[in-house]
Amino acid sequence: MTKVPLLHPTGSSQNLRTPLFVAIVVCGNLAGNVLLRAGMSGSTALPALAPTAYLQALLNPWVLLGVPLLIVGLAAQLALFSWADLSYVAPVTSIGYVLTAVAGRLFLHEPLSMTRWAAVFLITAGVALVSSTVPSTAGGEIYGARR
Amino acid sequence: MKWAMVAVIAASSALADVLQSAGMKEQGEIHDFRVWMAGGHLARLMRNRNMLASMGSLAVSFFVFLALISISELSFAVPATAATYVLETILAKYFLNEHVDWRRWAGATLVAGGVAMLML
Repeated sequence: MTKVPLLHPTGSSQNLRTPLFVAIVVCGNLAGNVLLRAGMSGSTALPALAPTAYLQALLNPWVLLGVPLLIVGLAAQLALFSWADLSYVAPVTSIGYVLTAVAGRLFLHEPLSMTRWAAVFLITAGVALVSSTVPSTAGGEIYGARR
Repeated sequence: MKWAMVAVIAASSALADVLQSAGMKEQGEIHDFRVWMAGGHLARLMRNRNMLASMGSLAVSFFVFLALISISELSFAVPATAATYVLETILAKYFLNEHVDWRRWAGATLVAGGVAMLML
């Protein structure tokens, strides 16, 4: 019997892989951005044309932890782009902005007003709307079919 | 200065994503996610001109973002650059020839509205 690799696009695993990879993109970017901000919070403003200042910033332990997470997010996004449309992936992964705002409030104690909560609702509604389309409009799939 | 940085990040991120999407479509759909297959995928990507150009664009975006978060809060920096996502929907339709139906336009518009409110 042929062994089917995990997430090989057959049967139910095909339905799972898009949300799974979206989750990896969102979590990788969210955790990476929070760590970058934590690393940069104690530093002075970076000058525009000073490569050594940027290299020094990259050696900050928080930044060193954040960059690999951003790379994981990027790798998952590349995999998503191999089968899903950019006009699907881009809005759907914007749910990360909602999570970033909430994470900024919870972990970095940044303010989150009622207006920002309303923004969170709008972005979530937008993501839900785009999520109701099929990820890829190429390859003979029936465009507009609801999942 | 903050807004000039935001504009550079938005433009370079959108360009990077369009190039990545075009490059990955050229490579074909990834079916095998076993860890030891990653080297082969990476080697093929490194020979793709769209992917190489996207990495340059992404590097510009990353370093300007690093400079931006050194002078502003994360909850400003991240939402301010989210205009990229609306720009990408437009580029996807006209440069990647994707079929963008009303749900995708409406979704992108809602996201843009939400993003604008996040900065208030």
